[in-house]
Amino acid sequence: MTNEERKHIMAAQASRLKVSKVGAVTQVEFVDRNILDESNIQQIGEELAAVVDEVPTPMIMIRFGNVQHLSSAALGALITINNRVKGKEGKLRLAEIDPQIREVFKITKLDQIFQIFDDADEAMSSFD
Amino acid sequence: MNSTESGRSSDSFVRKVELSFDRAQIEGLQTEVARELSARSFDDGAAFAVRLAIEEAIVNGFRHGNAGDPTKTVQFECEINQDMIRVDVVDQGPGFNPEGVPDPTDEANLEVPSGRGIMLMRAYMTEVDYLPPGNRVRMVYERTASS
Repeated sequence: MTNEERKHIMAAQASRLKVSKVGAVTQVEFVDRNILDESNIQQIGEELAAVVDEVPTPMIMIRFGNVQHLSSAALGALITINNRVKGKEGKLRLAEIDPQIREVFKITKLDQIFQIFDDADEAMSSFD
Repeated sequence: MNSTESGRSSDSFVRKVELSFDRAQIEGLQTEVARELSARSFDDGAAFAVRLAIEEAIVNGFRHGNAGDPTKTVQFECEINQDMIRVDVVDQGPGFNPEGVPDPTDEANLEVPSGRGIMLMRAYMTEVDYLPPGNRVRMVYERTASS
């Protein structure tokens, strides 16, 4: 799918992400409290891919403050995005993850491939 | 819902329902299970564990067991009492061998985006068994001193 096609499809759907720029960093928050629904996860993956593709070397912080539940399919979407960011030599940070969800990252050992920070300030500092 | 049964005997809550791959129906079921756990004073950790395991088992049933065929259903059965919750999730597929699923925590698999559902179910539930021919997963969460 080209970027133009992706933008066209996404424009027709309500966004599942809140995206803002803070300096060179793109901050992303989820609209949903539960990231479980397959079609939502697919949409989130496509929207995150568009954020990654927007700049040559993406610096992205994903804030999970709003998220209460996520599934293994959501983890899969995050891994795909992490691989995409790495492919562009960018940086991806995860922040504000609920302790129960953080445990999911630990159990799956995904805390070894993601850089996870307790709060957003700490995550922002890590881009320096 | 295509068919449903529910009931109580003494303090046991029993539910049997045939699910179609419909998010609202799954969410309704999850809400009902959470309510029954809360009514028996299971804590947030137990509720999180059970919810996650049920989600993964049902989605696996539709996606892998039923191979995404929207005409096929998944049977959900559960029993909740003061000591434990037992859940059976049955798909309409031929069954599979869960031992054949690669360990997603092996370093070589960490960046592979799929294959974490079963290990999460095993991590969060007290027991997880696939019953022959492998299209029925039975999961038990036993109350511990802390939950």
